[in-house]
Amino acid sequence: MIEVSNLAVTFRNGGRPVHAVRGVSFSVAEGETFGIVGESGSGKSTVLKAVAGLCATAGPSLTINGAAMGAKRSKAERRLMQFVFQDPYGSLHPRQTVDDMLREPLLIHGVTGVDAKVAEALADVGLEPQHRFRFPHQLSGGQRQRMAIARALILRPRILLLDEPTSALDVSIQAEILNLLSRLRRGYQLTSILVSHDLAVVAHLCSRIAIMQQGLLVEMLDVESLRRGQAKEAYTLELIAASRGYARAGQVTGSLLPAGKGSDMAGLARAVAVESRPGPSQGSGRD
Amino acid sequence: MTGSLRQWLASDQPASRRQAVLGNLARGAKAIITNPAALTGLLIVIALLIVALFAPLIAGRISPIAQDLAARLAPPSSAHWFGTDELGRDIYARTVHGARVTLTIVMLVAVFVAPIGLAVGTAAGYLGGWVDALLMRITDIFLAFPRLVLALAFAAALGPGIENAVIAISLTAWPPYARIARAETVTIARSDFIAAVVLQGAASARILFRHIVPLCLSSVIVRLTLDMAGIILTAAGLGFLGLGAQPPTAEWGAMVSSGRDVILDQWWVATIPGLAIFIVSLGFNLLGDGLRDVLDPKNA
Repeated sequence: MIEVSNLAVTFRNGGRPVHAVRGVSFSVAEGETFGIVGESGSGKSTVLKAVAGLCATAGPSLTINGAAMGAKRSKAERRLMQFVFQDPYGSLHPRQTVDDMLREPLLIHGVTGVDAKVAEALADVGLEPQHRFRFPHQLSGGQRQRMAIARALILRPRILLLDEPTSALDVSIQAEILNLLSRLRRGYQLTSILVSHDLAVVAHLCSRIAIMQQGLLVEMLDVESLRRGQAKEAYTLELIAASRGYARAGQVTGSLLPAGKGSDMAGLARAVAVESRPGPSQGSGRD
Repeated sequence: MTGSLRQWLASDQPASRRQAVLGNLARGAKAIITNPAALTGLLIVIALLIVALFAPLIAGRISPIAQDLAARLAPPSSAHWFGTDELGRDIYARTVHGARVTLTIVMLVAVFVAPIGLAVGTAAGYLGGWVDALLMRITDIFLAFPRLVLALAFAAALGPGIENAVIAISLTAWPPYARIARAETVTIARSDFIAAVVLQGAASARILFRHIVPLCLSSVIVRLTLDMAGIILTAAGLGFLGLGAQPPTAEWGAMVSSGRDVILDQWWVATIPGLAIFIVSLGFNLLGDGLRDVLDPKNA
């Protein structure tokens, strides 16, 4: 369904080229959920944006549904693939109601039966009919992300790209959104790519996982070997260790935490270990 | 009936798109009406509209251009409420009729300036690249000239008259709008909600007009009402210099100009139209302030 071969993305940062993605190749089969994991600045979000056609790539390197993707995409090519953004506060138009935003893709593609489809899309993601004429600022974070998912799915795309769909949300809401995504994925028979820095999230949804570091694809492994900790690369093992937290502080070399605070700080340690690794500053903004 | 209508408008669970839109309009109107400054501005602007619309009725049977040389420079009295000018014309009638000229100028300038500024600014901000460079350098050139001097040059080149004054003011007034619209567009264009519409397959024109312009519109409308005062003053300035409305048309700026020679002995000749300019400018300013509070998305 999605073939990525030797994908490279380079940004210009004040005239200096920044190689955000350097020769990444992978393929995603129809109906599969593929995960990409990496720390901030590893280029994982950039890969996703390149697949979506949101940033320019160096040379042709994408084949989607059997067709090579050019720099400009047609409406039909756009319709095949939709995107859920990380930040539900920034991905909704501040002056449009839920109804406006859900109607827009249908109007662009000239789909008929708009009213019924909007109502159905709302019900699909667990929003109530009274949310239909609300503005984004009248919705909670979880409701906003549901709305963003409804907008992505209303055109019935075959591919759904998820850029850290839960990382801006509260922990309890995260679980709700993840369950919603895994339900919808089955219902809509979606092929999807999920980008996250959270191994637990990726393991929950994905069958195969790619690990990225500094713009390179370090390792590809399936979810079973991830669970069993059977990774070949040292970096992957580090990530897995970090995601399990520091149950006994001091045991892991290079622990950032003083002894004795391990248990209650495990979650924080995980976040710190994964997010604050020194890496080259990449021009991609955020990952 | 009115109670149920109010409830229907204020409902936070509107049943239809129309109810939702009308409800939001009602909330905006309420925000303006409950703000004393904005309400004052709104009332002044409405009063200007009424005066301009019904000028012949309000001025009575007195003609604004009828001369009475026997009663020239007469002080305010029951016959001439605001006195007469150097040709014995009734200043009350002239001020009332002058509202029409002022309103025409303000409306025409607004109709030209806002769309030009929005189109140039949003196109430059969204399309970027050489389009941006070209449009913004043209804007810079217009911005580099002092506004009144450029308007003077245009008015002088095109010939005196209201229409030409409007064109001259419009040509000098749009660059700040283009700048505001561009600055807003650049930030908006980078946001995820625009990327989402791009991914839905929307064309650039659709993105510009349906998603970017509505967000820039509020600041442009606010800027426009704040600028109204400046536009009235520029029109008055052109009139004062003899390049705006031509005699014997009653125009506030030209009236102030004609009262200049006698301002110490016959103060009412220049003061009354000056007060009119002041009040209307104040009205637009107050309304602009109120609109800013209502339209700002951050306040919503």
